[in-house]
Amino acid sequence: MKIAVCVSHVPDTAAKINIGSDGISIDPSGVTYVVNPYDEFAIEEALKSKEKFGGETVAISLGGDANKETLRKALAMGIDNAVLLKDSGYRDSLSVSKALAEEIKAQGAELVFFGKQSVDFDNSVVGQLTAELLGYNCISVAVSFVLDGNKIICEREIEGGKEVVETNLPAVITAQKGLNEPRYASLKGIMAAKKKEIIEKIPAAATNYVEVLTMKKPASKQAGKIIGTDASAVPELIRLLREEAKVI
Amino acid sequence: MNKFTGVDYFNVESLLAEDEIMVRNSVREFVDDRIIPIIEKHYREEKFPHHLVKELGKLGLFGITLPQKYGCAEMNNVSYGLVMQELERGDSGIRSFVSVQTSLVMYPIFTFGSEEQKDYWLPQLASGEKIGCFGLTEPDFGSNPGGMITHAEKVNGGYKINGAKMWITNGTIADVAVVWGKLDGEVRGFLIEKGTKGFTAPEMKGKHSLKASVTSELIFQDVFIPEKNILPGSKGLKSPLMCLNQARYGIAWGVVGSMMACYDSALNYAKSRIQFSKPIAAYQMTQEKLVYILTEITKAQFINLQLGRLKDKGEVKHTQVSMAKRNNCEKALETARIAREILGANGILDEYPIMRHSQNLESVKTYEGTHEMHTLIIGEDITGYAAFD
Ligand SMILES: Cc1cc2nc3c(=O)[nH]c(=O)nc-3n(C[C@H](O)[C@H](O)[C@H](O)COP(=O)(O)OP(=O)(O)OC[C@H]3O[C@@H](n4cnc5c(N)ncnc54)[C@H](O)[C@@H]3O)c2cc1C
Repeated sequence: MKIAVCVSHVPDTAAKINIGSDGISIDPSGVTYVVNPYDEFAIEEALKSKEKFGGETVAISLGGDANKETLRKALAMGIDNAVLLKDSGYRDSLSVSKALAEEIKAQGAELVFFGKQSVDFDNSVVGQLTAELLGYNCISVAVSFVLDGNKIICEREIEGGKEVVETNLPAVITAQKGLNEPRYASLKGIMAAKKKEIIEKIPAAATNYVEVLTMKKPASKQAGKIIGTDASAVPELIRLLREEAKVI
Repeated sequence: MNKFTGVDYFNVESLLAEDEIMVRNSVREFVDDRIIPIIEKHYREEKFPHHLVKELGKLGLFGITLPQKYGCAEMNNVSYGLVMQELERGDSGIRSFVSVQTSLVMYPIFTFGSEEQKDYWLPQLASGEKIGCFGLTEPDFGSNPGGMITHAEKVNGGYKINGAKMWITNGTIADVAVVWGKLDGEVRGFLIEKGTKGFTAPEMKGKHSLKASVTSELIFQDVFIPEKNILPGSKGLKSPLMCLNQARYGIAWGVVGSMMACYDSALNYAKSRIQFSKPIAAYQMTQEKLVYILTEITKAQFINLQLGRLKDKGEVKHTQVSMAKRNNCEKALETARIAREILGANGILDEYPIMRHSQNLESVKTYEGTHEMHTLIIGEDITGYAAFD
């Protein structure tokens, strides 16, 4: 079985983000980029699936040359092949999904893992859109995954609990934290990845239905207020929470 | 606590290859997830975190420059250095464990061992299934190991060993000890397995430093080992000194990790601790301290990288390794103490990593050749006069 995992290259969540001079993109200077954290769960599940059922794994990423770093990490973790869909221009989620779907089809992958969302733009739809474009089944926000023949059973995280769902291959699964414990790239894995080639392809041009008009930074936090340091401050604290903050 | 994102004022990273950066990042993640959350407790209780050994093996951190056919990663020395640096940001004890296993056990078996010894031991040591230790220092012979009393006697089918070693990292938990002793007056290496009759390895307690690392005595009373357990290629004191040279290289890198941990902790603290209406980071004297620490880190980073590049080209001199070990350990200990001052009273608590690093560095400055011994080694090199015999 061919297993694909789609990975995005995103600013480290610890990074301080500034808006670029065009006002509609992130200024990448001084920002460390990493594998999208949810995609690490997707990579791990792809590797575990291969270890159990055999087959071949491929990591796919859409973006510029910088995305090779993320693909290289997927290879170092143990993914067999990597494809870079090279396009660093703006794409909305549907346009990203179209490019990925085309490549997944070309790869003949029946089982596809995504992270449940990419922590850069947080649209949380690319996995589902890709499934629809491919005509695959889709389970999102999975915290467990079991494949038995053609049948897939997953637990999904829902508000206040879990839901157990079943579907069949071919399918797209989007990974939530808790699905597994992603492995570290071992030194041997890193050496092996050095010898693997990242295949570059040019995806079909984008047609966007959503445009970014402007980016804004969140309003800076107001300084905190200390109203006292012992129990005598409690009545005033309650008054402020009720009247000013209006949270109780 | 803020996520640690490295200390790199001069963009030294731009001088690293992609795979070297990946190695550093992978070990950094491991240290954040697996070492830092548990280390203070282990340190306080004087316990080595044994459960990490197999994980370190899985990551490929033992014997990383050795050939793949023994299950090793076969990486360059700069990668080895980066691994040491990242591990020591966690704790010098964990770094010491990996240093000993890699440079003082796998390296001598690889360099002086028979094919049979290499095939048997190296893969098991690489995976962490087996643990090794290195016995050179004796109660009465530290800086001058050449005077060692431990000796071997040729007997039918093998050797009989008598003597004692002290200060041996991993001794009590080791499956195999690489032991240096005199055979007919010449220093030779022997592999002595745990459980061999007459061999005991009691743990030394009461350390105020490297408390998350096991330190032991090794005692040999008429220990018989078979002929096949001598390291055939070992010849004279030069052999253990070659091992020390490998380990010292790793230490020079390692201590930069503790410097980074102390700097990071002190910088964050200085920015948030308010005295006299301002963060203490806003006062000139605190700034001077932080600038001094950062400058020493930066200098040590350049020394290490150039040392590693020379080593990878096979051009490094042991006196250069001595200089790196000497300088970096001294500066690491000095800057750890400065960092502790920045935290005031909080600096002595184990809520922060500084005091632990500072205590660890007392050992690190002493083992693998004291500061003074490295001074004498370099002194002899540049003047032509040996100030020791
Ligand atoms: C935690 C820990 C772990 C260790 N692990 C190991 C291990 O795994 N294997 C191993 O074999 N050893 C190990 N050691 C031992 C270590 O290598 C020795 O402690 C070190 O070599 C110094 O020897 P010493 O302690 O006997 O000091 P000494 O040699 O007695 O030195 C005492 C002082 O005298 C100074 N001095 C000595 N000679 C001169 C001179 N000619 N001129 C000027 N000053 C001089 C020294 O610099 C030092 O300041 C470990 C030590 C520690 C603390």
